[in-house]
Amino acid sequence: MNEVLQYTIQGLAAGSFYALSALGLAIIFGVLGVVNFAHGACYMLGAVVAAVLLDTVGLGFWPALLVVPLIMFAFGVLIERTLVRWLLALDPLYNFLLTFGLTLLLVDLVKRRYGVSGLPYERPDVLRGQIELGALRLPTYQVFVFVFSLLVCVLVWMLMTRTRIGMIVRASTERSDLAQALGINVGRWVTPVFGFGIALAGLAGVLAAPFRAITADMGSNFIIILFAVVVIGGLGSILGAVVAGFLVGLVEAFGQAYAPTFAQILIFVLMAVVVLVRPAGLFGREETAR
Amino acid sequence: MKRNTAAKVAVASAGAMLLAACGQGGPGADSGAISDDSIVLAVLNDQSGVYKDLSGPNSVKAVEMAIADFKEEHGDDAVTDNIEVVSADHQNEPDVANTKAQELYDRENADVILDVPTSSAALAVANQAKTKKKLFLNVGAATTELTGAQCNKYTFHWAYDTYMLANGTGTAVTEGGGKNWQIIYPDYAFGQDMEKSFTAAVEGAGGSVDGSIATPFPNDNFATFLTKAAAKDPDVIGTMQAGGDLINLVKQFNEGGYADRGISLAVGLMFITDIHSLGVEQFAGTQFTEAWYWNMDDEARAWADRFLEETGTRPSFAHAANYSAALQYLEAVQRAETDESDAVVEELEGLQAEDVFLRNGEVRAEDHRVIHDAYLAKVKSPDEVEEDWDYEEIVATIPAADAFRPVEESGCEM
Repeated sequence: MNEVLQYTIQGLAAGSFYALSALGLAIIFGVLGVVNFAHGACYMLGAVVAAVLLDTVGLGFWPALLVVPLIMFAFGVLIERTLVRWLLALDPLYNFLLTFGLTLLLVDLVKRRYGVSGLPYERPDVLRGQIELGALRLPTYQVFVFVFSLLVCVLVWMLMTRTRIGMIVRASTERSDLAQALGINVGRWVTPVFGFGIALAGLAGVLAAPFRAITADMGSNFIIILFAVVVIGGLGSILGAVVAGFLVGLVEAFGQAYAPTFAQILIFVLMAVVVLVRPAGLFGREETAR
Repeated sequence: MKRNTAAKVAVASAGAMLLAACGQGGPGADSGAISDDSIVLAVLNDQSGVYKDLSGPNSVKAVEMAIADFKEEHGDDAVTDNIEVVSADHQNEPDVANTKAQELYDRENADVILDVPTSSAALAVANQAKTKKKLFLNVGAATTELTGAQCNKYTFHWAYDTYMLANGTGTAVTEGGGKNWQIIYPDYAFGQDMEKSFTAAVEGAGGSVDGSIATPFPNDNFATFLTKAAAKDPDVIGTMQAGGDLINLVKQFNEGGYADRGISLAVGLMFITDIHSLGVEQFAGTQFTEAWYWNMDDEARAWADRFLEETGTRPSFAHAANYSAALQYLEAVQRAETDESDAVVEELEGLQAEDVFLRNGEVRAEDHRVIHDAYLAKVKSPDEVEEDWDYEEIVATIPAADAFRPVEESGCEM
């Protein structure tokens, strides 16, 4: 029983990284129609920037949770303004290739500057150790990652459903031509939305920093699973990305526990089954699947 | 008595003249005994991937240091002045390594290939060395196959192997009270080899391995595997992960608080670059087997200071071993007065050598395993660290004769 709970929290913690990143990916896809292949690299950059800031200016974990996403937001804005925007009018494949190239570039730049062995990162003392509930022991940090990520996901959800900005973004996502016809300047929202999506990946990176090896390659495997998450959840679906993120985390953890050799395949089996039964993903609507 | 000596001198000088004659008249020797009038040392390793920091471009620098030292020592008496280094990136892929090795031997006229981490890549290069009859001094790979079933006349294994790692760490930790083991290993050749070697070493020392868990490779989430291993209440969890995977696992081991439950972590293969990238604190107290450590004595330290000047960083054992292999190769050429492979092999076989890396070193003629003292090391705690890269404490020296697989067990037939 204890183990099952352990696996659950481990799965949810791993799922948190997927959920946050997939959320960013889904928002970007929704508004821009861009499949951002560089999302894994942005997750990696988030962790690297956090580690570098800790090392150089002593910026701790708590401020990093705010500062790093802001830096990543600025980075996203820069990328959108200088590169992505010029290819928006063309076939989506062009931006897919662009962001793929960007990934290679970012990974190699980080390797060149910081080597391949990775960077050290210490978590704050508060988050060390275990939370003990009777006989049950749960690692504090994993519980924190899950709760914090869930909170961010809920906030983003509220932003999207309860505010005017969210309404505009959703309108642009669903029928950008209609939204424009109603006098909404859709183009104005493209840049901040892209930056916001990148910031979420960066935030996932900061959360991963104390828990994962911070290397240039940390995003390479991650992005592949992330695409599975987005497909399972439904391309462009915000709720889908979050639910599928946590779901994939759980599948991974229980797969590793009970069928270690199939753990990684299981995720893709799940993806295949979802695509067969619901081609638009768990929460996607048929029209977004096109 | 006198006649006897005179006879010896006569025989010796006749032999020398014969040798010299052979060298001059031999096929392909356009000027003297050195092919193409130059010695070319090729470093073939990972110049851009996961093993770049622990060997990579800095091993090329280490080989350059060996050449400089060789020239300084022999001056005008050196067999040739013309010694160069070339390098290539094998990206840890056996097929790339295979092609690059052919290129280096054939097109770049390499007389010897050095380093080659990643076991499968190393075995591919060993095969090329055998076909081309050129030397291959492996430093970076761990597989015992190089000096076992797949050994050959032209391949030597310089620094370490899975047997040495398992024998050192497995035996020491078990004898230190860690009787019940769970092993977590990456599911590919190296991991499987390590799992077998560790199981044998632990059982040999009176312990038992109650379970082994194979994990995907690469992998960034080990939390579940650790929970599963810990559920069996072992004394020790042994991890055979390397590089980034090892760092992931150690972070998650510490996160899980297993040490508080009396479970200790033993690491199969660790380089100083791993400790550097994770931080001493996370590794503090971990025991592992070292082939060499830069701060283990004055001689090593003096060399490490030079290395620091050249590269801006401290050397791993792989850097020192590449230096040693290059130096001993050049010395062998010097003694043989030719870079002709068979003659150099003959010089190397049975060689007893001391240098900055090799302590009580011997090149075993039977299987070409280079044996030398190995060390049981412990990662310092943060307050014991006195300077950058000062991470290790040598707990015990494992004598050369005990550190490596006995010749009888190697199964090597050349």
